Amino acid sequence: MTAEAVSSTTKGPDATRVRVPDWMYPILALVVVIAIWDIGVRVFDVKAFILPPPWKMMTALFKNWTSLSLAMLYTLMEIMAGFAMSVIVGVGLAIAIVSARILEKTVFPLIVGSQVIPKVAIAPLFVIWFGFGITPKILIAFLISFFPIIISTVIGLRSIDLLKLHLARSMGASPAQVFFRFRLPNAMPAIFGGLKLSITAAVIGAIVGEFIGSDKGIGRILLIANGNLDTDVLFAGILILSIVGVVLFLIIDVIERIVIRWHVSQRLKHGVVL
Amino acid sequence: MTLAVRIDKVTKTYASATGGIFAVEEVSLDIEEGEFVALLGPSGCGKSTLLMMMAGLVTKSGGTIQIGTTKVEGPYTNLGIVFQEANLLDWRTVMKNVMLQIEIRGLDPTPYRQRANELLRMVGLEGYENRHPYELSGGMQQRVSICRALLHDPPLLLMDEPFGALDALTRDQLNLDIQDIWMASKKTVLFVTHSISEAVLLADRVIVMTPRPGKIGAVIPIDLPRPRQLGTRETPAFGAYAKRIRGMFEEWGVLRQHGETGEVKP
Repeated sequence: MTAEAVSSTTKGPDATRVRVPDWMYPILALVVVIAIWDIGVRVFDVKAFILPPPWKMMTALFKNWTSLSLAMLYTLMEIMAGFAMSVIVGVGLAIAIVSARILEKTVFPLIVGSQVIPKVAIAPLFVIWFGFGITPKILIAFLISFFPIIISTVIGLRSIDLLKLHLARSMGASPAQVFFRFRLPNAMPAIFGGLKLSITAAVIGAIVGEFIGSDKGIGRILLIANGNLDTDVLFAGILILSIVGVVLFLIIDVIERIVIRWHVSQRLKHGVVL
Repeated sequence: MTLAVRIDKVTKTYASATGGIFAVEEVSLDIEEGEFVALLGPSGCGKSTLLMMMAGLVTKSGGTIQIGTTKVEGPYTNLGIVFQEANLLDWRTVMKNVMLQIEIRGLDPTPYRQRANELLRMVGLEGYENRHPYELSGGMQQRVSICRALLHDPPLLLMDEPFGALDALTRDQLNLDIQDIWMASKKTVLFVTHSISEAVLLADRVIVMTPRPGKIGAVIPIDLPRPRQLGTRETPAFGAYAKRIRGMFEEWGVLRQHGETGEVKP
């Protein structure tokens, strides 16, 4: 590499010290939280049905592992189906909105306006329309999670530099080429931002759907445990749900790192300083 | 000599609250094939707008532009453009950024890959083919964009303040490089700049534009032997050209002599 090239690695002043890997930080923080939780429960003598100590939660998790994991699998199915719908419909609608002025003027304001409606409030309606099966849960997950995708995709597709469009046109690019070679790759960082918001929203949506009326899924277990004051099972359910949520988020994060390595957000993540 | 570009009474006005504002007013200019013309003027004199109108990327308010036998109405594609910024696609490697030109035009990439390699070697970027733009300095990025503009061997090269954002040394080097490229290929070049010395160093003719509205203030043929070196800037002949142009800018109030600012009181 010549002197003119930008160095891709930098050694900070602490390069000689033992480095704590980045992934260790949240784990250490979690350990501290669990420790405080455990000590707090003992010191203040909190009843287990109000706040079970961490080990009781873990015991409940292992004792109910089969039912919890099967329920989680079912809920995961709802989450993934709702999320997939969000990606397809959200990105599709965003493309349509960006390409047709008329849709931007008619459909887009309606979509934005519809977000004012509390989706939890219309969820019971879905039970009336679609019954107690998996369909209303998927639809609620979709309804809650597609908004971040459509907004971020519209912003991403729109925010292309005029000079890049000039370049495209000076090469005689067709509308399809402008879209696939310029606009879409340019929008990828924004789209990934939307996907990350969306996947967490899809988890919420699936649980909301199950709360309204369900005979399966982790949401139902949470409701029943709550009703029986099995707070340790409730916590075990929340734990497994949280872990699934974090893993889903991380999967998108990994895909993002691979797909948009070139983007400034990823370079900062990799510790490259320009 | 054959005429490469004919610009006839081209005007660009922008609507404003008080009526139209002239960005470019009745500019007429003929450029010969193989000529290196510099458009020189202060910021906001419409020189970049004129260039963009030539490429058909900005609509004109009046007049005609003819390149070769074609009247420019929409985007004109038989040219290469080097923009103010390198304007590279961040997600593509250096090679793929250069080859974009061929990809979009739907040409057979095989022969052009060879040429892309040659161009990259010529601008000193051999070995950087698989790097991404963020791994390159500003000067290197602009070199990639020059390769992209040249890849399809267009007869006309439009350069819009291409080196304005670069440091002085990199700029000097690229000035020499662009002269080499031009002398080897004999393309018609229209080079927009706000640097007097850059314009005089590179051009066969310097078109000096007046500030708002942008009009042609003077056309100055530069009769200096080629290839010109950086040292050419220290010769008396070069100094005389630069002084003459500077004098125009002083006369138009673009530049002020030291001590003339007395009337500005706090």
